[in-house]
Formats: sequence, C-alpha cells, structure tokens
Amino acid sequence: MSNAPGGRVSSLVRFCWSNQGTCGKALLMAQEYRLILKHIDSEGYTPGLDSYVRHGGYETLRKTLLLEPKIISADRTVGAPEQIRNEVKISGLRGRGGAGFSCGLKWSFVDRKSGKPIYLICNADESEPGTFKDRQIIYKDPHQLIEGMVISCFANDVKLAFIYIRGEMPDGAQILNRALEEARSKNFLGKNILGSGYDLEIHVHRGAGAYICGEETGLIESIEGKRPYPRIKPPYFPAVLGLYMCPTIVNNVETLCAVKHIVEMGGAEYARLGTPNNTGTRIVSISGHVQKPGYYEIQVGHATIRELIYDFAGGLREGRTLKAVIPGGSSAKVFKAGERFKLKKRGSDAKESEEEIDMLDLPYDFDSLMAAGSMSGSSAIIVMDDSTDIVEALANISEFYAHESCGQCTPCREGSLWMSKALNRLASGDGRKEDADYLLTIADNIPGGRTICAFGEACSWPVQSFVRKFKDEFEAKGAAAEDRRAAGGATEADRISQVSTVK
Amino acid sequence: MALKVPSNLESEIDAMIARYPVKRSASVMLLHAVQDHFGYVSQEAIEWIAAKLELQPINILELVTFYPMFRQERAGRHQLKICRTLSCALGGSHKLRDFLCEKLGLARDAHGPATTEDGKFTIEFVECLASCGTPPVMMCNQETHENVTPEKAERILEGCK
Repeated sequence: MSNAPGGRVSSLVRFCWSNQGTCGKALLMAQEYRLILKHIDSEGYTPGLDSYVRHGGYETLRKTLLLEPKIISADRTVGAPEQIRNEVKISGLRGRGGAGFSCGLKWSFVDRKSGKPIYLICNADESEPGTFKDRQIIYKDPHQLIEGMVISCFANDVKLAFIYIRGEMPDGAQILNRALEEARSKNFLGKNILGSGYDLEIHVHRGAGAYICGEETGLIESIEGKRPYPRIKPPYFPAVLGLYMCPTIVNNVETLCAVKHIVEMGGAEYARLGTPNNTGTRIVSISGHVQKPGYYEIQVGHATIRELIYDFAGGLREGRTLKAVIPGGSSAKVFKAGERFKLKKRGSDAKESEEEIDMLDLPYDFDSLMAAGSMSGSSAIIVMDDSTDIVEALANISEFYAHESCGQCTPCREGSLWMSKALNRLASGDGRKEDADYLLTIADNIPGGRTICAFGEACSWPVQSFVRKFKDEFEAKGAAAEDRRAAGGATEADRISQVSTVK
Repeated sequence: MALKVPSNLESEIDAMIARYPVKRSASVMLLHAVQDHFGYVSQEAIEWIAAKLELQPINILELVTFYPMFRQERAGRHQLKICRTLSCALGGSHKLRDFLCEKLGLARDAHGPATTEDGKFTIEFVECLASCGTPPVMMCNQETHENVTPEKAERILEGCK
C-alpha cells in the first residue's frame, strides 16, 4: 500500500521509459495508489460505523454541511451545493461504471428548475463480467459509499436516494442496510443531518439477476417496478426524465466514493492525480490466468497493462505464454498478445510524437485504450494464456450476452442469440469454415444506433474483435469439423475431447 | 386458494412499500420477500402481490418471467449456483459443476436448474457473480463461496442440513 510518493514514482517510470523509446523494462515498478481502498483490508478495519469514524469517516460530510455561501459579486452568491458541484467539475472525474462520462457534466445536465424532486441512484449492480471492485467497497467499507452519497445528494438537492444492489449480493444488501441504520442513528442520514437543516433518506433496492439493470435507464425502469427495458434517448435522459419522470442522477459506487475524496482534497488537487483528462484513481479488477488475481487501485494512466498483469497480478502461471487480454470487462474489444498500436506520446520537451507500442505497454487509462480501439470500461482485465481455446472463450462470453439481452430490440435480441448458437456449434465441433464470416456479418449489423441502448455494442464488440484478431483459429475449427463430417467421423467425440481450460 | 402470509412478513412488506413514492416500485422487493419465505413464487403469490400493490397480476408475472432469480416452481432446499461466465470458466467452474453433479447424482449436461430426487439440492449454472478474482465462485443459498475446490465443495455440501 502506498500513497502520494508511490504515484510520483510511477509517473517517473513512464517518463524514463518514453524517453528511452523502448518498451518493456521499467526502471522502477509502478505502485498502487490507495485512495478509495486506503483502509480496506488493513488490519482491524471493519465495515462498522465505529471503525469508519475512527479513521476520520464522516468528517468530510461534516465540513461540507458547514460550507458557507460564497459571495462572488453583488448579485451572485454561490451556495454550498453549487460549490461542491464545481469542485467535482474541476476534478475531471469520469464515471467509474463503464462509459467514463464526466461526472461533473452529468450533474450539470440535471434539470434544477422543473420543480420536481431530484433523485440520486447509486448503481451497485456490478455485473460486467470481470468486475469485482464495487463489491470490495460495499462489503468492506459501506460507510465510505454512504458518505459519498450523502455529499453527492446534498450537492444536488436530493432528498431521496436509492442504492440499487444486484440481487446476487443478498449479504451485501444486509451490510448496506445495517450501515444505513448506523448512519441514521448518528444523524449522518435522515432528518436535519448534523443540525444542518438538510434531510435525506437512502434505501437499498435489490435487483434480481438481470445484467441489463446496470444500464441506467433500465435500472430506473427496474426501480419503478417494471421490466428493466432501457428507455430511448432522447427524450428520456435521466437528468431530465428519470425516475418517476423526475430529474435523476445515476452514479456508480466507485464514482460516489471518489466524490467524497474530491470534496476532501479539493477538485484541483484530485485532478493532479492520474493524467490529464484521465484524472484520479481507479480500482482495476484483474482475473483469469494470472498468479495473483485481485483488485488494485492505481492513479489512472500511471501503470501499463504489462505492469498490472506482471507486477501487480504476479504474471502468468509457470510455463505459460500470453494469448489475449480483455482490458475493460467482457464487452471491451480484446487485445491479442503482440498486437501493436501507434500512440501519441509527450516527451520530456513537451513535444508530441507518435510511437508504436505493444498493447502491453498501453497506459491503463480511458483515452489510451480508446485510441487502441478498445476501452477501459469497468476497469476489469481478463487475462488468457496459451491454454485458452479462443473459440470457447468467445462462446462463453456470447452465451452471457444472449442470456442477458432484454429482448426489446430485434438486432440485439436475435443477433446475440444467433452469435451464441453459431459459436456453440463451432466450439463443440459442429461448425463450418464460413462461420467466422457469418459471425462478423451478424456482429457488424447490431451496433451503431440500431438498438435503444449500448447492449448492442456490448454483445458485438467481443465477437468483432475476437473473430477478426483470431480468424485463423475460428476458421480452422470450422474447417476441421467440415473435414470430419466429410470423412463420416462422429462429431460427438469432439464434444467430449475438449481440453481447453475454458471448459 | 389465497396465499397465507404471516403477519410479521406482511408488516415487513408494508414497511418496504412505504419506502417508495410509488407503490409499484416495491414489486421486486416483494417478490424477493415472498420467494424467500415460500421457496418459490406461486400463482397465488403473484395475485397477492398484485393486489397489495394495486396492480394487475400480469404486472408481477412479467417480472417473474424476466428476472433470472425468480422461480415459479419449488426448488431444492439448498441451492447451489455456480458462476458460468468467463473468469470462473477459466478458473475451473466447469470442473466444479461436473464434480458436484457427480457427487449428487445429477446429469452433467442438464440445461437449467437440476434438483436431486430427494429434493435436497438444486444445482444451477448462473451468469457472473462479480467475484471474478477468486474463481470458481459458487453461491450456496445466500452465501457466496470463493475459490471453491472439490474439498471445499464437499464441506459446503456437508454443511447443508
């Protein structure tokens, strides 16, 4: 665990490395920067209120509620809530749920003149495969989330808020309920919070196993007690027509925790963490074929994918080589080992230059991964080594999306199922050589504004990237099945002989 | 036959409804409460919840059929949900499922939930349980178990009375 100096060391690494113009050997190891995870997993730290308060908890809320209005000019006074909103804007915080949208901007869209109540919903429906960061906060530090929420609600004049937690975390819901009860008993929540005159109630709402509820308008429908069919935008932007057709803010667990730290340290100070346009810290979940899967908080962009996999997660298993990396949750486009990208770099003389680098040397941030054609998404890295049957891996992912499509839009409902079926037959030895192109045709015709929500993209991106980057393996599998069929061989045998670690 | 809801459960349910500005919002929470108590969501339960929330039964039925966690038939007394999704698959979830199916005398290739003849266990592959760093992951009733080795799985089974 480290704090400020660790982060600086890591940026120095980047500096030296980019100066050398070689990839690979860093002079010093990148380090974790624990801001949100500061106390989590430390000895004696418990999810209870006493432990949180002993570690300085709710002090930021106390200070927030004591903020005086600032007089800017004779006719302009900035109230405390607006001051906080400004700090969040200055911080450059981008949403930690998946889309990476500016939190300050999201808050600025809220219709504050409608006269309707404004709602805030914490999206704790963590369900993007590969992601398990919010779980750590909910289970081990629930009061940090509550403090972040109360501050965010105060900043946005919210009187009623919800935590939408996924159904598969029943004990997580209990922990949150207990924490809310504790917070109420000490008046950090409820009527006239800490004597400030501000009232807020927060309730826990459980989902019931549907991935689509992570989509913010689907989530809103779900809280309204309906099927979680995402709403079409426009006109149903949550900031204007959200829960009960009232202005609504939906923020991820980690985002709301970050707000607490932004208010504590100031937006400008927070913006110094990370890299420009990719500010602050992020908790990265690393899973798959690594020695030490886990969650690691870094300054955004201050560690490369290589450092995350080999330094933090302990590298691959003995004797294995890298095959592929999914950088941002299962819907992010896959990187193939050895894939290279041209990236703009800023050298010591502040001049921009273009450099070709290995995908492992991409700095882990929003913009670099997007420039490389993928995304950091929910900051979940899934590592696959050479024991992985890539066709089976994609079949696994596609089965997930086929199961989770809400069924509202035809391209997604049908397309996700067709892709899953084609991949299953390919993986089980019943495929055809042209299945690879067939899969691409389907995947290319789902996204791009043909569906109401981004699920269309989420189910297509893995197929588009896996099949294009590993086309030989998909075609070989189909061709082998064709040959066997031509020779009159039983395909049933193939089903049984699967040796890949995916199954 | 009308559903018999014990008074303490009903008061719990009333408190849930009171949290929301609109009654209908409580529907999923009520379904959880009813399923936890009765073991499944019967037609009577659907009608009872609908009446409670001043809705039509179809408004509740459409949720039961949409959300994977709700079931309309009784399941085993203990439910084993094994994560099927990629990180767990890479970490041995198929082997875990095979092991448990063999142990419990269930077919390995069954699609959907499978229940033992004595009605003690229901085993099911489910989608990502958001604990991808500790595969394979399995829920036994309300509890999440991580890094479930065969030995650990056996202990979990033994713990189920």
